[in-house]
This record gives sequence, C-alpha cells and structure tokens, in this order.
Amino acid sequence: MTAATFTGSRTAAEAAAPNPNRRRRLRPARAFLHVFLIATCIVWIAPVLYALYTSLRPYADTAKHGYVSVGGHYNLSNYTTAWNEADLPLYFKNSAIITIPALLITLWLASMVAFVVARHSFKFNLAMLMIFTAGNLLPQQAIITPLYKLYITIPLPGWLSDSGHLDDSFFGLILIHVAFQTGFCVFVLSNFMRTIPHEITEAARVDGASEWRQYWQVVLPLCRPALAALATLEFTWIYNDFFWATVLMQTGSNRPITAALNNLTGQFFTDNNLISAASMIVAIPTLVVFFALQKQFVSGLTLGANKG
Amino acid sequence: MNHLASITLSQPGRNRRLRRYTKRDRAALTLMGGVPLLLSLAFVWLPALATVALSFFNWTGIGGFSDMKPAGVNNYRIIFSIYPEFPPAIEHNLLWLLVFFVIPAPFGLFLAHQLNKQLRGSRIYQSILFLPVVLSLALVGFMTELVFSPTQGLVNNLTGHAGQHNLIDWLGNPSLNIWAVLIMACWRQTGYVMILFLAGLKSVDPSLQEAASLDGANEWQSFRHVVWPALRPINIVVVVVTVIESLRAFDIVYIINQGTNGLELLSTLITANIIGETSRIGFGSALATILLVISLAFVLPYVYTTFRKDTRS
Repeated sequence: MTAATFTGSRTAAEAAAPNPNRRRRLRPARAFLHVFLIATCIVWIAPVLYALYTSLRPYADTAKHGYVSVGGHYNLSNYTTAWNEADLPLYFKNSAIITIPALLITLWLASMVAFVVARHSFKFNLAMLMIFTAGNLLPQQAIITPLYKLYITIPLPGWLSDSGHLDDSFFGLILIHVAFQTGFCVFVLSNFMRTIPHEITEAARVDGASEWRQYWQVVLPLCRPALAALATLEFTWIYNDFFWATVLMQTGSNRPITAALNNLTGQFFTDNNLISAASMIVAIPTLVVFFALQKQFVSGLTLGANKG
Repeated sequence: MNHLASITLSQPGRNRRLRRYTKRDRAALTLMGGVPLLLSLAFVWLPALATVALSFFNWTGIGGFSDMKPAGVNNYRIIFSIYPEFPPAIEHNLLWLLVFFVIPAPFGLFLAHQLNKQLRGSRIYQSILFLPVVLSLALVGFMTELVFSPTQGLVNNLTGHAGQHNLIDWLGNPSLNIWAVLIMACWRQTGYVMILFLAGLKSVDPSLQEAASLDGANEWQSFRHVVWPALRPINIVVVVVTVIESLRAFDIVYIINQGTNGLELLSTLITANIIGETSRIGFGSALATILLVISLAFVLPYVYTTFRKDTRS
C-alpha cells in the first residue's frame, strides 16, 4: 500500500503542473467526459434513490398516485413500523454478536499465520499460503453439504448452543466465518509483513525477544494500516453474509439481520414501501463504514489485488 | 508494494541463514501457524474432500453413516441425463460468467481509466460508482425486486409498462428474469472491477504515458501499448474475481424465488438438495463436486503461480 500511495501522490504532483497548451486543447473532450460520467452516476445511484424515495412515502399514497410519482405525504413512518414491528433491534444484536468476535478472531489468527510465513523461511510456507488463499476462493456452496453434516454432528455444551450442536448456534457461525475469512487476511497480511525490513525483528531477536514478543510487540503494531483496512472490509463481508446464516442458522430469531430480512419479508414487510425502509436500515452500518472509512475500505481491496 | 516486497526478499543471506529456535519459540510458532491451519483444514478443506467422497454415495442424511449406500457414478449419471434442473443451471452459470466478462470487466476498466485522469470531482464519481459494492448481495436481491417489480417497479413505471395491458413481468417470466438479475449483478460488479483497475493504474508510471503522447501517440495507442501491458497482474486478479463471483452467484436469485422458474444456478440446486424437505446428501454432493472442480481449475493455477514467484525471488 505504501508504494501504491507513493506513486499515487507522485502522479498528483506531476499533473499539478501540466503543459498549459495541452490542457486547453483537451477541454471539449473533458467536458464530454464529465457529461458521460454524470449520466453514468445518475443511472448508478437511481436504484438506491428510488428505494430511499419509496421508503419515505406511506403505502396508501403510492397506491393512489403510483410508485413513480410526486405528491402525498413524506415521513418516516415506514422506518418506525419496520423497526418496531419486525423487532429489528434484535437482529442487529445478532449481527453484532456474530460479526464483532468473528472479525477480531479472524484478524488475530491471520496475523499470526502471516507472521510465521512472511517473517520466516520454512519449507512449508508456500503450501500454507496456498491452503489459506485457495480455501478463501472456493464457492461456499461447494463445501456446504458435508459442512452441514459436520455441524449437526459436533456436540456443543448447552450454554453455547440451544441445539446442543454447532449447527444453529452463534458459535458455529462465528467459527465458519473465521475459518473462511482467515484465508484472505493471511494473503493480505503476509504481503504487508514482507515489506517490513528484516533488520527490525533482527534487532529484537538480538535483544533476546522471543518469537511471540517479536510478533506481538514489534511486527503487529507496524501492521496497523493493513489491519485497519482489513477490519473495514471484513466487517462488511461478515455483516453482509447471507448464505452461511441462511443454511447454518435455522432458528429465525437468531439470524443476523442480512439473512433475517428474507424471512421478515412477507411476514411483516408486505409492501414495497416497508421493504425499502427495512433495506435502508439494514444498509446503514455498511454505508457508515464505507463513507467514514472509504480509504481503508478501498486500500483493503487493493492490498489484496495489487499483488500478482 | 511489489517493488518493496522484492527488495526485502532479495537479501538472501538474511532469509536463508539457518536460525536455531529455542524450544519455546518453536512451540509458539507451531501454535501460531498450527491452530489457524487446523481450522482451515477442518472446516474448509475436509468438507471439500468429503464433498467429492459423498458424491459417490446415496444418503438421505437422516440415519447415521450406516444408511450410506455406495452409488458409484450413478449420481453423476442422473445429473447429466435426466435431472431437468441441471442444463438450465449450467446455462445460467455460463451466461453469468459470459455477461460478467463482457460488461462489468471492460466497463470497469474504461471507468477506471477515465477516473485516473486527474478529473475534478473524481472522488465523488468513484464513491457513487463504488457504492453498490458495499451493499450485500442479499440487499441487491431486494433492490432487484424493487426496481423490476412489474406494477410497482422503477423500470416498468418509467417505460410505461406497468399497466395491465402491456405489463412486462420481469421477475416472473422465466426467460426474462435472469436478465433482470444480471443487470443488477453487473450494477454491483462494475464498481468492484473499477476499483481493482484503479489501483492497478496508479502503479503505471505516468511519465511513460507522457512520453508516448509526446511521441504523437493518440489516447487509444498509448492505452493499448503503454497502460494495458502494465496492467497484466491486475488483469489476472480481475479474471479470477470474475470467475469466482459468477460461480458463487446465489444471494440475489435466492431472495427472488430461491433459484427456480428460470433462475436455476448450480449453487441453488446444491442448497435445495440439503435444506429442502427431501435431503439428498449424495446427489447434492455430486452437484457440489462439479462446482468445486470448475472453481479449483481456476483457483489452483492462480494461487500457485502467485506464490511460487514470491518464494523464488
């Protein structure tokens, strides 16, 4: 990432002093480009704006005037109805119970693996990296059948799971997120850790620091930018998960909000206005993360991609 | 980042020096690498192998392992000969792949190339185009229902097809609904590809393009001969992302109608065979094995070449 931002800023510096003749010559093309981009952006944002607009109108008004129309009332009643009647706070709580531990454990485990493979030259490093990265790229549906059987077989103490098994428990969902997402984080973090000069851990070793201390007190603090980037990305991915929760969590009231929305539709959300409002509510956490931490989000994606 | 990585790696003495670890360090490193490895093996790779093994059995999954009956390749024979949902599912997965290669990949590259031109407001354009990527695919499924709903949707109302006499049933018509889904899938995928290409373009040395345009190259020539060759590593990533995302496609169609009536996909067939009322573990596994083999054919060469290059340098 350091190199990417470095080249990025150099580009900006060079473009700040362009040839004045060339700039004038390009102007009509630039104007056309802006028109094209604005048009594209309007098309791109239209579905979201349509959902937002629909969510602000009572069903009775849209039924009378039509969905693509102006007029009638505009208020937040769909939001309060969705929030209260479908018990959305409960599902947000479920999402938090799953997402936060899964995120933290994933980053912790992945950073340890990355430390082992990126800061040492063991023979099995290549195999380790392949196992983790390839595992993350498998379609979830390709492994779900035996995984589901495994989940309903493995017993779990009652305080961890109502069903007495990994299946239908928060613990089981956290576990599969960790096992699956660790792969991507190992890939990104090991690339990042390779860019930390070897002299730093060498010095710590000479001073008698154990491997654990080199990891915890030297390397990990230096990985903060990469960890921040991964945290935003993984938060979004785990929060947005639909498949694991749909298959591995049968108790509807224990589902995280992304998966719960599907059950609630038809049961509580009977018209498009309510569905729109509920969709907007569900999107809020990811939208907040995206707008507040867009730089981290994008650099997390590109940290993984800028490598090849 | 690649430059930095190769610089640190090209100090072989430091890397290859035989290092002697104390017992405690050895134990620490074993645990640090071993525990996550065990998790990945137990919950990703073991199920992957078991998928292949189970595909050669008949098993309702209700009784214990004793109810498993060897089936040879019978499950596969059924899939390829008389299972009516299989041909449309494969067709839709291939169509998904084709559309992802033909629309979001080039359009994402085009947008990235334009947005890389130090435009005023480039950040705002980027944010808007990237916005769908942060929404979950399940939510994109709900958006598809909103936008393409026959009577209440945006598309039909804007084009005047919401009335009873000329209604276009985007979601219910089995030859139309896959296109409605694909339009929304492309809506999300384009921003993803665009961001990947933007990152790749940032690492193209701008002085090369400058030199090319001084030599009289037009925009297309400088893109074709300067930018495109430098994007090779990103192109590989985009190909892998495109293939994987098309094979994983599930959420949008599952939200709309659980992958039936014109929206069959390999992933929904697999799911229907394990969580449906009649669970057919062996049969579902045979479908999953087909999906697994197709994805590994792309994933393994990619992962292998990526990491071999690293460890060699």
